[in-house]
Amino acid sequence: MRKVGIAASGLTEFSKNDSSLESLMLSSIKPIFDDTENLSQNDIDVVLTSTNANDKYLANIISELSGISPRVAHSVESLCNSGTNGIVSAYSYIASGLADVALVVGAEKKDSPGLVLEWDQSRGQYTHPIYWSSMFASAHMRKYGTTLEDIAYVGAKNHRNAMSNPYAYFKKMFSIDDIMESKPLTETLRLLDCSMPCNGAASVLLASDEIIKKFTDMPIWITGIGQKSISAGFTKNDELTSMTSTVKSSVDAYGMAGKKANEVDVAELHDAFSVCEIIELEDLGFTPKGLGSSYVRNLYDTNDKKINPRGGLIGSGHPLGATGIAQTIEIFQQLQGNAKKRQVDGAKTGLVHNMSAASTSSTVLILES
Amino acid sequence: MNIFQQELKNNNFVCSSCQKCNKLVWPPSDFCNSCFGSVTWRQVTKTAKLVEFSSRGNEVFCIAEFESSIRIMGSIQNASNLKIGQPLTLVKCDFDGKEKFILEPAV
Repeated sequence: MRKVGIAASGLTEFSKNDSSLESLMLSSIKPIFDDTENLSQNDIDVVLTSTNANDKYLANIISELSGISPRVAHSVESLCNSGTNGIVSAYSYIASGLADVALVVGAEKKDSPGLVLEWDQSRGQYTHPIYWSSMFASAHMRKYGTTLEDIAYVGAKNHRNAMSNPYAYFKKMFSIDDIMESKPLTETLRLLDCSMPCNGAASVLLASDEIIKKFTDMPIWITGIGQKSISAGFTKNDELTSMTSTVKSSVDAYGMAGKKANEVDVAELHDAFSVCEIIELEDLGFTPKGLGSSYVRNLYDTNDKKINPRGGLIGSGHPLGATGIAQTIEIFQQLQGNAKKRQVDGAKTGLVHNMSAASTSSTVLILES
Repeated sequence: MNIFQQELKNNNFVCSSCQKCNKLVWPPSDFCNSCFGSVTWRQVTKTAKLVEFSSRGNEVFCIAEFESSIRIMGSIQNASNLKIGQPLTLVKCDFDGKEKFILEPAV
């Protein structure tokens, strides 16, 4: 397989400002063309669009509106990890030699049809994602003594980090008390424990090692990929204090990269709900099972930005198809040393974790400078 | 509505069962997800095991496991001092656009 790297990226602000899906996508593609020397539309072999929107022939439409006539153009949909699924597909086209350069564009609108998986009959009347997250929270609290205050630390940390992210949905800090006193949705979940659906788009340009130097002097390499789908239905998660798809995909990603969790300098974790970050820290090997809460408290107390430096989904907002790409862009910028106030000093190895539908599927990427 | 939803509306919780290997096929499907055999419908037992629970206001919701294989989310009425693993009884099911399962602690 050929080596594949990220050459450039573009983002829109995540917001509730009304805009068409096409306009969002183009707004995130524009900075890639504006800021990348030597890039022309003719260089791009593949255009992939990641979204849950029902728009048809979208990758071809975006290609036409961008002046690109690619060999390959299609959409990638996998609910909340559509974005990283798009990146993995683009990686595969390039690594296999079918393409040299790929543009992956993710976008979503706040009223996306991907917010609830109607197919899942096992959820009964409890189709909204707050119910599956409450089940994970209750199980983790029961087994490990995790408290509502522990969970509030995740939100306080990520909202604080989001204050340094100019593209974040939230522009306001929330204290532990703010979160503790926010509207209770269930026994184990409050409003400020939830990520917010919003409008947003994110794009990355991928290229093979043979051509990437044409576009950048600082490529960031994708060195590890793991993906796992255990099911589509939430209740097939046998163990609710852990996310099986996350464990399995991380083992594959670490194995492919030849890295261990303790070698990761900076990571983006899919905190659709605050409790998810605590569980994922454990499942990805950053801390032993049951110690995710104390790991988060330490990050908060020491103002350590290692985990979710852009503010996670909690602080940045969650435009589903854009999320995994925005997470990847954060690690791309961190490893280039371009993350400004969010910069984790000396970051050389980063991890992206993006998951879908109550963690029935997960994607883990390892990136290196 | 499909057969599963029609039967739920008749207060009858049924599941597809493989005619070739006898496996309960959940979620309901036209083919066995183990051997791709043809399926028939059969009633699911009324008893379940409590896997996990939480609440929203006064409403207790849970994951209940039937026949050691089918896990669904439903509500628990008359809930007090719930313990993980305890037996539950399905007292009513319905379909009004969403599948509904109402359980209570087994006596």
